[in-house]
This record gives sequence, structure tokens and C-alpha cells, in this order.
Amino acid sequence: MNAFAAILGKDLRAELRTLQSLPAMTLFAVTTFVIFRFGLDRTSLSGSLASGVLWTTLLFAAVLGINRLFVAEREEGGFDAIRLAPIDRTALFAAKAAALVVYLLVLEAIAVVAFAFFFLDSAAALPPLLAVMLLADLGLAFAGTLISSMAVNSRARDLLVPLVLLPLVVPLMIAATGASEPLLAAGGPGYERFGTWLAVLALYDLIFGLLGYAVFDFLLED
Amino acid sequence: MYGKGLRPLSIATVAMLTLSLSLVFFYAPLDADQGFIQKIFYIHVPLAITALIGFVVGGVFAILHLRSGDSRWDAYSYVSIHMSVIFGVAVLITGGIWAKASWGHWWVWDEPTLVSFLIVFLLYATYYPFRYAIEDRDRQARYASVFAIAAGAFVPLNFMAVRMAESLVHPRTFGTANGGLPGEMMLTFLCCLTAIALLWVTLVKFELTAKSASGQVKRLRRALDAPAPGASSRIAPEVS
Repeated sequence: MNAFAAILGKDLRAELRTLQSLPAMTLFAVTTFVIFRFGLDRTSLSGSLASGVLWTTLLFAAVLGINRLFVAEREEGGFDAIRLAPIDRTALFAAKAAALVVYLLVLEAIAVVAFAFFFLDSAAALPPLLAVMLLADLGLAFAGTLISSMAVNSRARDLLVPLVLLPLVVPLMIAATGASEPLLAAGGPGYERFGTWLAVLALYDLIFGLLGYAVFDFLLED
Repeated sequence: MYGKGLRPLSIATVAMLTLSLSLVFFYAPLDADQGFIQKIFYIHVPLAITALIGFVVGGVFAILHLRSGDSRWDAYSYVSIHMSVIFGVAVLITGGIWAKASWGHWWVWDEPTLVSFLIVFLLYATYYPFRYAIEDRDRQARYASVFAIAAGAFVPLNFMAVRMAESLVHPRTFGTANGGLPGEMMLTFLCCLTAIALLWVTLVKFELTAKSASGQVKRLRRALDAPAPGASSRIAPEVS
């Protein structure tokens, strides 16, 4: 637990001081919304179109952050330090996933508000959307941390994360867009199958959380 | 060492395939709705089932590899996934033909089984660039195993999510309320499934034998100080 807090604190502090990932992610998301505005030639969005635009943008912005998640560890020898330290290696997985969840929440705090200003008529959908985002972020963080920790040790680092992660998060995106679509419907938020989709998201989180816990040790061996 | 039993296995596979195909064309009744084109079902569905099980089997071999550290299991896992990807291409092609003939389109989106299979196929297609990107052999084997395990767990999850998102066009052949297949069709189908599964096992064994033979040749050449002709694969694991 101490190791977890220490690594998470280190990551957040490093991000605050260098601002490597977050500004890029948010800028990317907001610019993508502008591109969608012209690409779709719409000034307001609702229903499936809105949830599709929102989640596609968030996912691609998240990939930017996931790409950079372990770069400092690799370049500054953090992996060796973790290997030497008398701590459970899973602490690194948990701390990195937690850091990623924090990044994603900050990203969403800015990007979703921008999305609402740009495209939505009312903000009524935002509070229930938060529940969807929390669960989706967790799944994205688990799968992303797992892939990122492998990709960072390869030759094609920036290529491998989007390549492998995108098919892997398809079920997550199905559930997230499925839950968001009625929330963002034109006539005010609806809740068809809301609970079911949240359950799918939670199941995805559970499976990839357990998977990361089970296999992360093998990724650090050398 | 991998070649042991290969000949009887190959003969059994060919015999089973012959038997199944003759059952398909001469024994199984014509489908009342779809007529002759429905026969592709006996190839398409067993191929799909075998490919999916092959992916999961690759994941199980990967677990064995991580637990034991024996690189032989990595080779098993690699070959299983490799063969299932090839079967997957065949599934997508036969599926497209069937869809064109019975629904009028090569591809139908509101059809969960097709879409799930495509997603699983796309994920496993990234297995090759993934392996290729990692240079160190040991690390490549370990990471590939982690990939295979994660993807193996992903297969059922993905099928569930896609099925929930979609409607019901695809024929639910088994376990539907009105009874599934008639007896002759079921028998033919089971024969085909066995034949295709045998084919998969045989091909996996052939691939492992070939890999092991070329590995031995390479070692002998090294012992004789003769340079190996051509570059060997950087993705495929070496088999001893």
C-alpha cells in the first residue's frame, strides 16, 4: 500500500511538473471535437451520434496518455528500481492504472464540458454520464496499463499501443456508448438498459483488473 | 519428436474429411428455406468453432508457458494462434459467401456472431506485429504469452458484449425454442466438426514438426560452422 501511494504520488507529481501528457490529451480532444463539427457538418449532436463522437474522441485522447505512461520508467531506469525494491510488483500495475484513471478523469472534466458547450442543448446528461465514465476509465486504465507496459519495451512503441489496445477495448466501447446513447438522447436523458451496460463495464473492469494482477509479474522479469 | 503419430493422424483426418463431405452432399437433407447454399454451414460453423477454441487453447498453452518458463509451450501457443488465424480467414470468407447467398449482402453489421468474430480476428491479427516489435527472444515469448492470455479471456467477453448490442438475424442454430437441427443434419454437423478439429490438430502438429526440423538443421549447421541460408523468421519461436 505504501509502495502504491509512493508510485502514484511520484507519477502525479512528475505529471504536474512536466505536464507531458495531460495538456496534449485535452488539446487533442477539443481539436477533435472541432474537426467532428465540420466533418459531420452538425452544430448540435444527440443520441448515438453524440455518444459515438464523445467516446471515440476520449478513447483516442486516452491512447496518447497510455503511450507515454511508462516512458519515464524506461528512460530513467524506473523498471530496474522497481525490480530491486522489496515490494510487490503488482503495486506498480495498480499505481500506474490509478494514475491513468486520474489523467482520464481530468481529461474528461475538460473535454466533456467542452463537448457539452459545443454540441449539447442541456447539461442534464452529465451527472449519470459520470458513472459510465468512472467504470469505463477503470477498464481503459487496466487494459491500457497492461498493453503500455509491454509496448514500452518494444521497437514500435507508439505503434503497438493503438494497434493492440483498440480491438481490446471494443467491448468496453460497446458498453460505454450503449449506456451513453439514451443519456444523450434529444428529448432529455433516458435510462434504457443503463444498469445492464454498467454491469458489462464492471465485468470488463473485473476481468482486466484480475488479468493485470495475475500476469504483471511476468512483464517485469528480465 | 513432434513427428510421432503424424502419419496415422493425417490418415484419420483425410478419412474423416472425406466421410464428412460425403455426408454433407449425399446424406444431409436440403434445407427447406435456403436450399443448397445451406451446405456451406457444415464447413463455416465448424471452422469458426475450431478457430475460437484454438484461440482459447493458445491462451491455455500461454498460461503453461508462464508457469513453467518452458519455451516449448510458447511454440505451442504460437502455432495454435497462427493456425486459428488462418482458419479465421477461411471463416470470414465462407461467412461472406453464405451471407451474400442467404441475406443478399457480403457483410451484415446487425449480426452479433459475425461482428464478434471480426473483432476477435482483428485482435489476433495484431499478434504478429506485436511479436515482431519485441527483439529479445525471452521477452518476446513472455509478452506473447501475456497477449495470448489476455486475448483468450477477451473472446467470451467480446461475444457477450456484441450480442447484447445487437438484434437477432443470425440463425441461432442450437438451443433455440423450436428445436434446433433435425437428426441427420446434426449427425452430419458433428462429423464435420470432428473432421475440422482433426484438421486443426494435424496442421498444428505439422507446423511444429517443420519448426522443430528446421531448428535442428540450424543447430547442426551451427555445429558445422556452415552459414545458414536465408534469414529465419523473427516472429516464430524456435522449437528444439
